[in-house]
Amino acid sequence: MTLDVPEALSRLARRLGGEGARLADAGRLSGGASMETWAFAIEGAGPREDLILRRRSAPFDPENARAISLAAEAALIRATGARGAPVPPVRHVCDDADGLGEAYVMGRVAGETLGKRIVSDPRFDAVRGKLARQCGEVLAQIHATPPPAGLNLKTVDGVGELDRYEEVYRATGAGRPILELAFQYLRKHVPEPVEPTLLHGDFRNGNLMFDPQRGLVTVLDWELSHIGDPAEDMGWICTNSWRFGRPDRPVGGFGDYADLLAGYAAAGGKPIDLARVRFWQMLGSLRWGVMCLTMYMSWADGVDRSVERPMIGRRVSETEADLVTLLEQGL
Amino acid sequence: MITHPRTEELAQAVAAWIDQIRPGLDPRNAFLARVAANAMATIGREITEGPAAEAAAVAAMSGVLGRAGAYDELNTDLCARIRTGELGVETPGLLPALRIMAADQLAIDQPSYRPEGISFPA
Repeated sequence: MTLDVPEALSRLARRLGGEGARLADAGRLSGGASMETWAFAIEGAGPREDLILRRRSAPFDPENARAISLAAEAALIRATGARGAPVPPVRHVCDDADGLGEAYVMGRVAGETLGKRIVSDPRFDAVRGKLARQCGEVLAQIHATPPPAGLNLKTVDGVGELDRYEEVYRATGAGRPILELAFQYLRKHVPEPVEPTLLHGDFRNGNLMFDPQRGLVTVLDWELSHIGDPAEDMGWICTNSWRFGRPDRPVGGFGDYADLLAGYAAAGGKPIDLARVRFWQMLGSLRWGVMCLTMYMSWADGVDRSVERPMIGRRVSETEADLVTLLEQGL
Repeated sequence: MITHPRTEELAQAVAAWIDQIRPGLDPRNAFLARVAANAMATIGREITEGPAAEAAAVAAMSGVLGRAGAYDELNTDLCARIRTGELGVETPGLLPALRIMAADQLAIDQPSYRPEGISFPA
């Protein structure tokens, strides 16, 4: 049964906005197979509120899914925000009375999330040089946040991640020599364990909102948050698939390693070696390659027949081209 | 193969038609239409560049493995030997062979992608 989201949002507008409040400008922004994002506003006696609804549109299976629940996501946003990290303001976590299923509402923040624009649009020329340092500072704030109680976040490490992605890779049945070599090489170069911290889990250009004057204004997309090596978050934003055509600028296509690491240390983060970041960066390319294979598999298995899925499968070769160079350079 | 039209020309014609109707579509379908046009372009490149890429991959893998064979067979063998650790980054010729294969496949799948290690032109 398809839920009438605008109808439910009308009721929610009255609940949140009080007497005389009404829904305005509701529209779906995007959606994948299991998640929907809606923009809407509440108009009434007080000032207009521009809001975002994030809701799960397919059943959530916490045993098998990597993602956390939306309520957990909202709790993490609040917890990291309390430590000073720039996050969207959580306005309301939906309950049964809202009839929206698993969902929460946050304030709408203005800014740019399209990675390509952040790396190449002249509007960002003035601020671009500051972004890597800001990313380091914000990661230090996130990593310093004590994980909220009761969320049951998964704890992962380098060996565990290699095991997990290798299992997924084997299950696809694909034979890709470069991915095979990357698995073998990374297994021999797993860094010494460190004290695990809270991680964002998907900290990359595309999930961050930037302003042409202020730089990094909001960290979005917390659904892959977990506990692990702080260098994992750094390696992921340095993975070339998220540099949007600027491989010469290793941090997100906009900055340098040194600025990322300096910002992290300046904001109180325990200093991290570049070699450790590079391990997670290489694992990041391998991870994205395996994820591209699974996107193809979801099409082949009939789970999602969108044309987008098999085409993402053809992005495995971008990670192979990156991995060959990283393997040549060595860790 | 027949030449009037060649298969890649059919793919080209479909891609052009998709691009033509795209502006009239809702945002989600406009996005999917762009993906579909890109898929047609990939099909076109695979038809024109695929045979040479496969021949180069067969030659590269044969060199590393020291024997002849068909693509699938060599690829399976190469994967298995890397997995067991018999072949690794220190194996002479392995990384250069993999580089050729990766570059050729990327040229088919996503020629605009700028891989790691490429400097940006001034």
